[in-house]
Amino acid sequence: MHNLKLLSKEKRTHLYQQMDKHKRFIIPALMILLLALPYLLNSQYIMRIIIMICVYSILGMSLGLITGYAGQTSLGHAAFYAIGAYTSAIISVNYGISFFITAPIAAAVAALMGFLLGLPTLRLSGTYLAITTLGFAEVVRMIFLNWERVTNGPLGISRIPRPTFMGIELTIANNGMYYLVLALLLLTTLIMHFIVKSKFGRALTAIRDDEVAAVMMGVRITHYKIVAFVVGAFFAGLAGAFYAHLIRFIDPNTFTFDTSILILSIVILGGMGTIKGMFLGALLLISFPELLRFVQEYRFVMYGLILVLMMRFRPQGLLGGQQKTDYAFPKGMKVDRQ
Amino acid sequence: MVTEQLINGLTIGIIYALIAVGYSLVFGILRLVNFSHGSVYAFGAHITLLFISMEFGIIPALVASMMLTGALGIAIDKLSLEPLRMKGSKPISALITTIGISYIIQNMLMIVFGSETKSFPRLFNYGSVSIFGVNVGSTQIAIFFISLILLVILTVIIHYTKIGLAMRGVEQNAKASYLMGINVNRVVTFTFFLGGVSASIAGTLVSGYYQMVSPGMGFMPGLKAFSAAVLGGIGILYGAVVGGLVVGVSETFAATYLGGSYRDAVAFVILILVLLVRPNGLFGKKGIKKV
Repeated sequence: MHNLKLLSKEKRTHLYQQMDKHKRFIIPALMILLLALPYLLNSQYIMRIIIMICVYSILGMSLGLITGYAGQTSLGHAAFYAIGAYTSAIISVNYGISFFITAPIAAAVAALMGFLLGLPTLRLSGTYLAITTLGFAEVVRMIFLNWERVTNGPLGISRIPRPTFMGIELTIANNGMYYLVLALLLLTTLIMHFIVKSKFGRALTAIRDDEVAAVMMGVRITHYKIVAFVVGAFFAGLAGAFYAHLIRFIDPNTFTFDTSILILSIVILGGMGTIKGMFLGALLLISFPELLRFVQEYRFVMYGLILVLMMRFRPQGLLGGQQKTDYAFPKGMKVDRQ
Repeated sequence: MVTEQLINGLTIGIIYALIAVGYSLVFGILRLVNFSHGSVYAFGAHITLLFISMEFGIIPALVASMMLTGALGIAIDKLSLEPLRMKGSKPISALITTIGISYIIQNMLMIVFGSETKSFPRLFNYGSVSIFGVNVGSTQIAIFFISLILLVILTVIIHYTKIGLAMRGVEQNAKASYLMGINVNRVVTFTFFLGGVSASIAGTLVSGYYQMVSPGMGFMPGLKAFSAAVLGGIGILYGAVVGGLVVGVSETFAATYLGGSYRDAVAFVILILVLLVRPNGLFGKKGIKKV
């Protein structure tokens, strides 16, 4: 039994190594497939779902940086999503400014809020931090609900203009929205990839794995934690801005605790501390209720079960926990390998 | 007017205290925020309603609900949290597990009982009394005293019984208590049972007070009660009571003077402020982090 397990693990590692070797071919092939997707599928309904998968992949990656890499559990990620959506919607509805200007502003405002929420991490960790983020998200939602002069309260904001690119209005029908979200997704993925591979990313992983040891090694943990919150909030805000212009109607009920938990489920299911896991998590959790319409009412029961079962049997997520490369020791150093 | 609001605040506050005690007990022993507590509370209210609609009478219905909700608490611990403890998982895994359980319970309630708000019979209706020129409903008086008696009973259990001694021992040091021959898992299970029972009573009282039940009813009170527990110093029983009263009174005053829509925000503002200024709460001891 033990042997069998070992073998399958080796086989798996072998598969990943093979995939790594052919990265040069696999990634461009995926790109072409993604670009050609609207012409292959030719269905607005499916394209809409795929666009939402992309939006949630961005959200998953942004929370993944905070929770997956830095290990700071956030239960209020919907707040940044909401702030991005509202900021972009309010500016573009009131002043008629293009999406391509309002989206970065929205993301920046969300990042500023991320900074504010990041500040308590100076004092809090673990459970207390999780609760604070939850409280933060509820307070944000209540502000959107009650600040009627600006946010139109519970009625929400409607008739948000569609993004226009070089005079063409982008819609789902002409696939403009799909290519726009693809561009945003690519941007987010690249930036996340470079962050994770950089000194910053290594510092975050160190904080997640052992905060005390990280401090001892001279990692400025409060600095890095706050930056993680700022970057995570920025991309959640970007996703929110896109969402507002996609659906063209937002109200406070879109951004509840359920949304935060959905994003967290994506991160956990996909695998904390991975980027490709976020795509898988979003793909599964967003397409799942559409594929299984007959169990629609059991959807949230399923989310709950996913959280419980994953924590019980595979806390590292579907794609998490694969250490592919050995640490490179300096030359001439002898290490006992078991 | 002020006195009336104060009494309304105290009534809802003592119920928050009763829910907060459930959080506090579990946190004291496991260092875990039991997110499923709010949905356990909703479960308790629904079971009481179920038995009342089957014409059991209020008291037998409440007793049955207490037992079933207590059993649900035990099941949560045995099925999901105990295996995690055995495995020695990270604390955050247990937190996320309880969120998952809360989703499962709340949505199962929705599927079984329907997602709409159902009406609940008034529990005590003997008119109102005038105390110092202020009209106080008999429901409010009953809720206040029932909750107070329950809190006293809980305090007695924890301070003067053998299992209470074991609970306090586990709270201070689980490993040492285990070496002293205390069955730690049984103590944890008992704590979940107590939490379930108090949640069921609180759920029934609140449903009787507002005369309505819905599957999502546990979410807000759960979070507010948690704020109350944190405010008083989580893990400390009388702290939870004081915290509950403070949250209840301040949100009632906020609803009166700032407008009803700000009612729910108050508890969270209190929570965030407490966590930032004094994370250990009003009565909490300063924890020393060991390396």
